[in-house]
Amino acid sequence: MELSLATRTVGEHTVLEVGGEVDVYTAPRLRERLLELIDGGARHVVVDLGRVDFLDSTGLGVLVGALKRLRTVGGTFALVCDKEPLLKIFRITALDQVFPLHATVDAAVAAGPAA
Amino acid sequence: MATVKLSFSPAPVHVRTARLVGVAVARRAGVREDLLDEVRLAIGEACTRAVALHRQYHVPDPVLVEMDDTGSYTVRVIDRAPIEASIGLTALNADQLANESLDEDDLTTGVGFALLAGFVEDLQVRPVPEGVGTEVRMVWPTGR
Repeated sequence: MELSLATRTVGEHTVLEVGGEVDVYTAPRLRERLLELIDGGARHVVVDLGRVDFLDSTGLGVLVGALKRLRTVGGTFALVCDKEPLLKIFRITALDQVFPLHATVDAAVAAGPAA
Repeated sequence: MATVKLSFSPAPVHVRTARLVGVAVARRAGVREDLLDEVRLAIGEACTRAVALHRQYHVPDPVLVEMDDTGSYTVRVIDRAPIEASIGLTALNADQLANESLDEDDLTTGVGFALLAGFVEDLQVRPVPEGVGTEVRMVWPTGR
């Protein structure tokens, strides 16, 4: 399935809903959108992976890139993911210790910009 | 003897095709349904790695994927990049992953290897028997 990207604002947070497959071919589009958001002033970004059905190392690299970029400008970055196959990917790569992971967008937003 | 062979130009757009074929053959071979997500991810990672190496070293040759379902399900992903390129395969820990100085390509390589090693119990990375290149060999049990 093709990559889909949709942005909405929830309070101080910019929520990027991602769907479909994030891989070596589609990850550059995700990177571009995240950079647009951050360069456009978004400081508290939540990426909702709820409709992602495939995520590989390239996609993970893009997400870490966004996290680091936001840190350097004093922002925050969190992920929403409750699918076991994706959570397993985060555990195996130790990235579950790098990203704040939440089960829902509400939980990510409630954790606040201080997350 | 491989039952299905796929060779593709080293372009990111074809990695999805390799994943789809790899999973279709795995299902046909009798690999357990709950392992298919891991098969899909591992074949994708191996092919992504091969494409990245071909592009890095400007190797226009195709990447080769061989799928063999005799006994167990064996997938070999063969690149034609210089062998020394494969030595950088190491998994990274959380501190290294979050390190500001680690660039995205290196991070992706480390994460890709962690996924391969984490999802494939029977994994071998070795030089090809003839010529230049590396073979990533992955084996999964079949239910037959």
